Amino acid sequence: MIEPEPDPHSDPVLEARALQMQFQGLKAVDGISLALAPGEMLGLIGPNGAGKTTMFNMLAGSLVPTSGQIMLNGQDVTKDRPEQRLGSGLGRTFQIPRPFAEMTVLENVLTGARDQAGESVFHTWFSPRRVAREEHQNVEKARHLLDFLLLSRLEGEPARVLSGGQRKLLELARLLMADPSVLLLDEPAAGVNPSLLEVIMERIQALNAQGKAILLIEHNMDMVSRMCSRVFVMAAGRELAQGAPSDVIRDPRVIQAYLGDAA
Amino acid sequence: MLDLVAYGAFFLTIALTYAVICLGLNVQWGQTGLFNVGIAGFVAVGAYTSAILTTPATADRFGGFDLPIIVGWIGGGLATAFVTFLLGALTLRLRSDYLAIATFGAAVVIQLCMLNLVPLTGGPFGIGFIPRPFGALAGNALAFGLANFAVIAVLVLVVYLVLERLVRSPWGRVLRAIREDETAARGLGKNPVRYRLEAFAIGGFVMGLGGAAQAHFIGFIAPDNYLPILTFQVWAMLIVGGSGNMRGAILGAVLVWGIWAVSGSVVSSVFPADQQARAAALQIVLIGVALCAVLLIRPRGILGEVRIVSRHLLRDARPKASAKERPDHA
Repeated sequence: MIEPEPDPHSDPVLEARALQMQFQGLKAVDGISLALAPGEMLGLIGPNGAGKTTMFNMLAGSLVPTSGQIMLNGQDVTKDRPEQRLGSGLGRTFQIPRPFAEMTVLENVLTGARDQAGESVFHTWFSPRRVAREEHQNVEKARHLLDFLLLSRLEGEPARVLSGGQRKLLELARLLMADPSVLLLDEPAAGVNPSLLEVIMERIQALNAQGKAILLIEHNMDMVSRMCSRVFVMAAGRELAQGAPSDVIRDPRVIQAYLGDAA
Repeated sequence: MLDLVAYGAFFLTIALTYAVICLGLNVQWGQTGLFNVGIAGFVAVGAYTSAILTTPATADRFGGFDLPIIVGWIGGGLATAFVTFLLGALTLRLRSDYLAIATFGAAVVIQLCMLNLVPLTGGPFGIGFIPRPFGALAGNALAFGLANFAVIAVLVLVVYLVLERLVRSPWGRVLRAIREDETAARGLGKNPVRYRLEAFAIGGFVMGLGGAAQAHFIGFIAPDNYLPILTFQVWAMLIVGGSGNMRGAILGAVLVWGIWAVSGSVVSSVFPADQQARAAALQIVLIGVALCAVLLIRPRGILGEVRIVSRHLLRDARPKASAKERPDHA
């Protein structure tokens, strides 16, 4: 499959304008502006405490920024809740995966499907055929995603038995059920064994090749270099640098931020 | 022998009224994780509403509309659903421990209202002469007991089937997801407040229905019937039977009511009359011991939670996912 080249000149699918998040005396994010082009995979990196996850939480709607604006496909979504942003096509995964531990893997994935008639009390009672038909279609789709993410054999098991890497894959499958066009992936490689890491990378690249724009927080620089066309570096809540991965990792300011005085 | 059958029918009738209440709690707690410790108050709303609607006209009390029993039961359920909806709208955005405090407070307020709103509730003397189903058979204890048992058995079956249809669906799956991790569910586009409110009101309707039915089988209600001990009993029933399992809720109600009734009989036959009030506390101790035993041996209750939520999946299951219900002891 040929990867569509992101067009930096087209309107961004996701844009942060001068975002600021202040927790009492601490400015966790201080005036960050970034743009994600259609079909782009952008890496968001920075040392621990740089404000990356706070940035993600604002973009996904879990936190309302102290100031600034968030645009999704040209619409201002700054005050929208996470469930509304998912409806507008933006989904996120978590740094520490949050599976529904006591539900089966298959039902975890099914929960991700949007606009299900069966999620309404009214339709459950008065449109049983529609509910059954949709559920059947969703099961087909969920199984396809489980195949894609190598979790098929575990579909009947409760999610709590999955390993850390499998939980990351499950979270991705659950999110993909909602067909978001923009994915925010928070450290998809953290704590994953090397063989599963290759699978995760390959699957994320495949999703990007399908046209999904991806913003990726990751500490694994090898992974970021291989997957992202552009990298955005944060340190102490501010933008430090952005550009091609090969340029950024040689930037003395970036090296200084990661290694401190030892650099 | 006939007396024994009549007593058995009466015992099961009362146990099954608790089963209805317990099914309501299972929607709220078992499926959605809503920590409701105001059950006694919600049951009282159903009972008093039905009593006011169905009793004959009384000079010194409001109500006495003399309506059919079925109207009273539905009215009791609706009134309780309305109260739980209002309370839920105010409190369901709060963390679970605050919900517990709010529901407990609501139950105390409701009980005090029953005690003091004398022109509406009869005050401490309560409401008597509540019509009983098949009241014409009252002279024949066996026929009366069996008829009442048949009525409540049909009610439990209907409530069970209705709730199973509702809960074993994508709607029930969202409730389960919110119970497991609200943040993750929100990230998947689900609005937790909406679903919690629906579950709280539907559970409230069922509790009110159970309270209404109980009032009609006993024939008399007073504020003392709706003390926090009732809340404790219903919680014990759900935990013993298996939270998250409708059949577990019914089984737990019958078992715990059995322990309660048998221990009550033992206390009244073993202890002298002047010690019986004090010895009655042993009933609560026994329920507590049973609760501990079940939690130690089967932490998820006797029947355990149903793992596959959506009934549609049972038809669709691949061989690996064929386990319909299995109690888990992880």
